[in-house]
Amino acid sequence: MSDFDFGVILRALPFLWQGMQLTLLITALAMAGGILLGTALAMARLWAPPPFPQLAAGYVNLLRSMPLILVVFWFYFLVPLMVGRPVGAFPSALIAFTMFEGAYYCEIIRAGIQGVARGQLAAAQATGLTYLAAMRYVVLPQAFRAMVPVLLTQSIILFQDTSLVYVVGLHDFLTAATVVAGRDGRVVELYAFVAVVYLVLCVAASLGVRRLQLRFGK
Amino acid sequence: MNYNWNWGLLFVEPYFGFLLGGLRTTILIALAAWVIAFVFGSLVGIARTVPLAPLRLAAATYVELFRGVPLLVQMFLWFFVFPEIVPRDWGRWLKRDLPDPEFWTAVVALGFYTACRVAEQVRAGIQSISAGLRDAALASGLTLPRTYRYVLLPLSYRLLIPVFTSEFLSIFKNSSLALTIGVAELTAQSRQIESFTFHGFEAFTAATVLYAAITLTVIFLMRVLEARMRIPGMLGGRADR
Repeated sequence: MSDFDFGVILRALPFLWQGMQLTLLITALAMAGGILLGTALAMARLWAPPPFPQLAAGYVNLLRSMPLILVVFWFYFLVPLMVGRPVGAFPSALIAFTMFEGAYYCEIIRAGIQGVARGQLAAAQATGLTYLAAMRYVVLPQAFRAMVPVLLTQSIILFQDTSLVYVVGLHDFLTAATVVAGRDGRVVELYAFVAVVYLVLCVAASLGVRRLQLRFGK
Repeated sequence: MNYNWNWGLLFVEPYFGFLLGGLRTTILIALAAWVIAFVFGSLVGIARTVPLAPLRLAAATYVELFRGVPLLVQMFLWFFVFPEIVPRDWGRWLKRDLPDPEFWTAVVALGFYTACRVAEQVRAGIQSISAGLRDAALASGLTLPRTYRYVLLPLSYRLLIPVFTSEFLSIFKNSSLALTIGVAELTAQSRQIESFTFHGFEAFTAATVLYAAITLTVIFLMRVLEARMRIPGMLGGRADR
């Protein structure tokens, strides 16, 4: 422990920053895509005519019973096969994260909408609002408030999960650190640094979510 | 999409053996890690509720630390960094003499990671019991340890069975991260079959089906447990199932 060498980290910073950019990019894209997919799935589960609710539920339950690494492998294998040519690790990893997180976002959104008391919808309709207007002005605003903190917390988990692109060899933050650690023979410094960076970012983000929750909360 | 199907492949050696061995390793890692997660997580969760500030602070710090670092990074820390920072003899023992070091490192990493999630559930469970019950137990002359032993813990653990079910399911899924340090668990073995035979579809389907089977089995067993442990006079179970 005495020969802890900060210089190694300093010299590797530009390379690590490139890795962090990829991590942030995957997180942002998979979050956007995942929330879109999740919204579509939640709507299918709640309001679509059969067989769509069953199909959406089947999709969500299947994805939620699988480990993320297996999903990453699935799409790493499937995407080039469907496209008919090699596409590289980035698109298939991005699709894998979007499809996987979509299942989790779906459940959060569905729970948020279902959590709004049934009486609210009935009361809104009784005052003369149409079903869509009642949804738009009464149910969804309340549901949205309830689910935003949970969606953000899930996105922090997504940010941590992106480290799994390691298994398909994409140079995200962790993999970049692994490359440097292997090259310089400095495992302790690099992994300690990675852990501290993730810790600081995640604790800061979850404090932010907690404050938001206090301001937003009922 | 032209693809040459061969489902029979999964049932011939050595691939059938790969899958079975992988399934066995996945189950062993998950069960061993669950023992750590449940015991240690319970201790940390209880520590977060006791009227003793330093203990509460230590437990809260533990939870924040282990929740804020990705499991994969923790796995690497235990595997690559931990043997380097402990006294030299211990490090040598970990690297050279410990039988099956990858397996046990994965168990420890997964166990202590899941412990922080179990701790949060246990804390929430204990805090969900009304303060009046705790006060009544103390007023009736029970010591604090006995209040926990006979009143708070039996009630909260029975209420927590559904949440423990989902944590227990996560531990099976998260055990797949062991492949990054070289443990041949289920996902690793299906990937191995894919790279040996180029039959990824069959290999990954087999793994998916086996994980789904684990999920269904666990849900079934926990539902039986939940029914037997139901607290009389309380509304048990969840409305959405």
